[in-house]
Amino acid sequence: MDALDRRIVNELQGGFPLSDRPYAEVAARFGTSEDELLARLDRLLADGVLSRFGPMYHAERLGGALTLAAMQVPAADFERVAALVNAHPEVAHNYARDHAFNMWFVLATETPARIGEVIAAIERETGLPVYDMPKIEEFYVNLRFSV
Amino acid sequence: MKRSATEQPSTYNSTLNTPAIDEVDRRIIVATQAGLPLVPRPYAALAERLAIPEAEVRTRLADMLVRGVIRRLGAVPNHYALGYRFNAMSVWNLPDERIRELGRKIGALDFVSHCYHRPRHPPAWPYNLFAMVHGRRREEVETQVDEIARLLGDADRGHALLYSTRILKKAGLRI
Repeated sequence: MDALDRRIVNELQGGFPLSDRPYAEVAARFGTSEDELLARLDRLLADGVLSRFGPMYHAERLGGALTLAAMQVPAADFERVAALVNAHPEVAHNYARDHAFNMWFVLATETPARIGEVIAAIERETGLPVYDMPKIEEFYVNLRFSV
Repeated sequence: MKRSATEQPSTYNSTLNTPAIDEVDRRIIVATQAGLPLVPRPYAALAERLAIPEAEVRTRLADMLVRGVIRRLGAVPNHYALGYRFNAMSVWNLPDERIRELGRKIGALDFVSHCYHRPRHPPAWPYNLFAMVHGRRREEVETQVDEIARLLGDADRGHALLYSTRILKKAGLRI
C-alpha cells in the first residue's frame, strides 16, 4: 500500500459524495485521476484490504433486527458447522474465537421475527444450541480504523 | 469524536405506522448492499438498472443516511489487512445495578470500538458487558484490557478475552 492507498483507506470510510461523478470529486481532492482512484479501489477490494465499498446498512433502522449469537462447536465439527451457519444470508459476519464459545456471528434480518427463525434453523441443522446475545444497551460504536 | 450513548429511534412513525423503508428503498438496498458500482457515474448506473431517475437514487440514499438506515457510505476496511492482527472481545461480569454507569465509562475509552450490555447465559456464560479492543501487537490488547480492569476495580467479578482467530464470513446485511 502506498500513500494514495492509505489516504483512500483512512479518508474514505464515510462521507462518499452523492454527486454526479463522486469518484472524480474524491480523486481531485486526493490529487489523482478518476481512473486511478477507480483502479485503486478495485485492487484494494480484490486484495481484501477493503471488504466492501458502498453503503453500510443498519438492519434495525430499516425495520429489521440485529443480534450477536455464539456457539460452542466441537473442534471436529467446526468446518461443517461454519459452512451451515455461513449459508444463511442473514449471517452478516461470523468469527472463530479462541474460547469454549468459539463461533460468534451477527444476524442482520429484514424483520425482527427472522432472528428467531434463523436461530431455530441453525440449531436444527447443526444439532447444537445457539446462545442469543442481543444488545440490551449500546454504549459506544466507532467502526473506523486507520492505517 | 466519541458519541455518547444513544437511544435507538423507533423505526416506525408512531402516529401513521409507516414502515421505515418502502419498496423502492428496498430495491436500492438490494442493488447496493454488496457495494457501489465502480464506474464514473455510479448513481446513474443504479438508476438505469432500477428504472428510476438518477436524482431519485441520490435523494433516497441521502435520506437513508439522515435516517441512519445507512450508517455511512464509503470504504469498509478489513482491519486484519490494515495490520490490526489482534482483535479481541473482552467480556466482563459486572453487577447489574452498575452496568449502565460502568458501560458508559468503558465505552468512552478511546481504544474501545464497540461496547454493549448483553444478556448472560448462566452458568456457562456469566458475562454481561462486551467491549471490543484491537491492536497491532498482542501486548497492545493486553494493556487495553488491563486498563479496563483497573477502571472496573471490584466491580469486575470475572472477565475473559476472546481473540478472533479467523474471519469465517464478512458480508454485511444481505436482504
